[in-house]
Amino acid sequence: MTGVRAAARAPSPSRDSVPDASPTRVAASALAARRQALRRRERRVVTGLAVGLLLVAALSLSVGAYWVSVPDLVATLLGQGTASENFIVLTLRLPRLVLALLVGVAFALSGAVFQSVLRNPLASPDIIGVTGGASAAAVFGMLILGFGALSTSLAAFGGAVVVAVVIYALAWRGGVVGYRFVLIGVGVAFMVQGLLGYLLSRADLNDAQGALLWLVGGVSGARWTNIGVLAALLAVLLPVLWLLSGRLRALQLGDDTATSLGVATERSRLLLLAVAVALAAIATAAVGPLAFVAFVSAPIARRISGTGGLALVPAALVGALITTVADFTAQHLLPGGLQLPAGIITGVIGAPYLLWLLATSHKSGKGA
Amino acid sequence: MPRPTADRARAHDFRAEALTLGYDKTTIVEDLTLDITPGAITVIVGANASGKSTLLRGMARLLRPEAGRVALDGRDITARRSKDVATVVGLLPQQPVAPDGITVADLVGRGRYPHQGWFRTWTSTDGEIVAEAMAATNTLELGHRRLEDLSGGQRQRVWIAMALAQNTDILLLDEPTTFLDVAHQIDVLDLLLELNRTRGTTVVMVLHDLNLAARYADQLVILKRGSIRAEGPPAETLTAEIVDDAFGLAATIIPDPVTGSPMVIPQGRFHRTGTSAMLG
Repeated sequence: MTGVRAAARAPSPSRDSVPDASPTRVAASALAARRQALRRRERRVVTGLAVGLLLVAALSLSVGAYWVSVPDLVATLLGQGTASENFIVLTLRLPRLVLALLVGVAFALSGAVFQSVLRNPLASPDIIGVTGGASAAAVFGMLILGFGALSTSLAAFGGAVVVAVVIYALAWRGGVVGYRFVLIGVGVAFMVQGLLGYLLSRADLNDAQGALLWLVGGVSGARWTNIGVLAALLAVLLPVLWLLSGRLRALQLGDDTATSLGVATERSRLLLLAVAVALAAIATAAVGPLAFVAFVSAPIARRISGTGGLALVPAALVGALITTVADFTAQHLLPGGLQLPAGIITGVIGAPYLLWLLATSHKSGKGA
Repeated sequence: MPRPTADRARAHDFRAEALTLGYDKTTIVEDLTLDITPGAITVIVGANASGKSTLLRGMARLLRPEAGRVALDGRDITARRSKDVATVVGLLPQQPVAPDGITVADLVGRGRYPHQGWFRTWTSTDGEIVAEAMAATNTLELGHRRLEDLSGGQRQRVWIAMALAQNTDILLLDEPTTFLDVAHQIDVLDLLLELNRTRGTTVVMVLHDLNLAARYADQLVILKRGSIRAEGPPAETLTAEIVDDAFGLAATIIPDPVTGSPMVIPQGRFHRTGTSAMLG
């Protein structure tokens, strides 16, 4: 026995060079094919979502009180439209569409990161009070301090950050655990709601109505300057998120496994949460708390792509699709020519999903 | 089958030096020094709350030492870049978690993380090492399956495949046989023995079952209240006296009829030696 052991112990093939035994070769190529199939599937899903988005975009730009045909639309976008078409498409409809698209991406990615980092499908900025914090700060600014649009946006951003910091600090026990973060977040969300109710009940009716409109969330106030700021911030945050996505994949496997893979878990979690909070904060600052977009986008994207991967790109596209479709629906598809803010539509889509999730979560309980 | 090349496992010196570990204010492991024999299977056993899992977590840098240090090649592992340590020491936690819907191939592939840079390009070497890890654990045909759809035994093999894809010389496992039926326990332990013998991987694991520990260990570490009670080959360490002292269990030790390693036969209150006839 010892002889066999010793004989077997001594040799240890250098392990970064794989033995040329053909079974491993065959296996490697089979796996590579498998990987490619998964990648193809994800690419198909991304293409499908992008095509859908393009269709919705074309519809949003052509449909309305004044219809623009597709050839005219293309001509207008290429800078060869008539004066009225230029005004309708480029000044009225395009900013609205682009804003909806950008905030859809921002909300969706924020939710995807929160849910993955905290390993909980309920851990989305709209459930745990981060967007609520933005709302409370914005409404406080509007009603008490008489803020204009820009300062309201800044207040919203600040409110989201403050609430996130408070939750993080309260959840800290020599480290942050997902479920504690979520529970504290839900508690904070209630406190923020209470504060909002107080502010609204004290306000003048006219002011309160303006604040309520902001609270529902919508893209009707789109301006190119705001869009530019939002796009610039996204241009910084998205590459950072992409660089951190490897750590996010490791964190999905739990802190023990992530640590043994060489990830500094606490620091990585803090970085990722900071990016996610920033994404939710800039989106809320731009359009108000569009209900449930952050919450539903990533799970839907994962369900569609079905690869079990992180699916950040599909999630971003699903988010953009939800916000653009919601805004189109709110503008054009309601009976009797009724026009509503997009936030009402996203809420109508999102709330049943939340119920469904809660009703079926016994299956796993660990989620994203 | 093994081929005559340099024994890389012997290149790494892994030890706990005067290590004290605990949670909050409770000290669990105190002033413990342990040299891990390179290329061997070391099994840590002990009664409940003897600190065996805590010791393993400390050696895997999941717990910061209150005093002392864990040294890899003479340097404190908490002072080294975590990603560098991760190319030498791998860990399979007791209850690993994975996101819903993850496929086996994706999970095993994530074991390559420490070998990838900021831009994480997946190379053909990554693919080959993952395939090799899956072939070694007999999980290749599961590649497209979802982890949650697998049986407990298959799942454990997949997790071991992920740890192997990390391609470390030292592999730590915290009770890898928990929740498995006896056939799958043997299956997993045989797999680890095979990896140790064919690749020279240094294996350090915590086990509950003394007889399995005695059968698979080259080095047995018996803990008692956070200190080492005995350390060495099972034949020298697993004696009736030490079992009585460390576990509070009166037992008879006989040679395992299959391997000759020591086998612990508990006596219990009603089955003292020689009284079985009375019950029969």
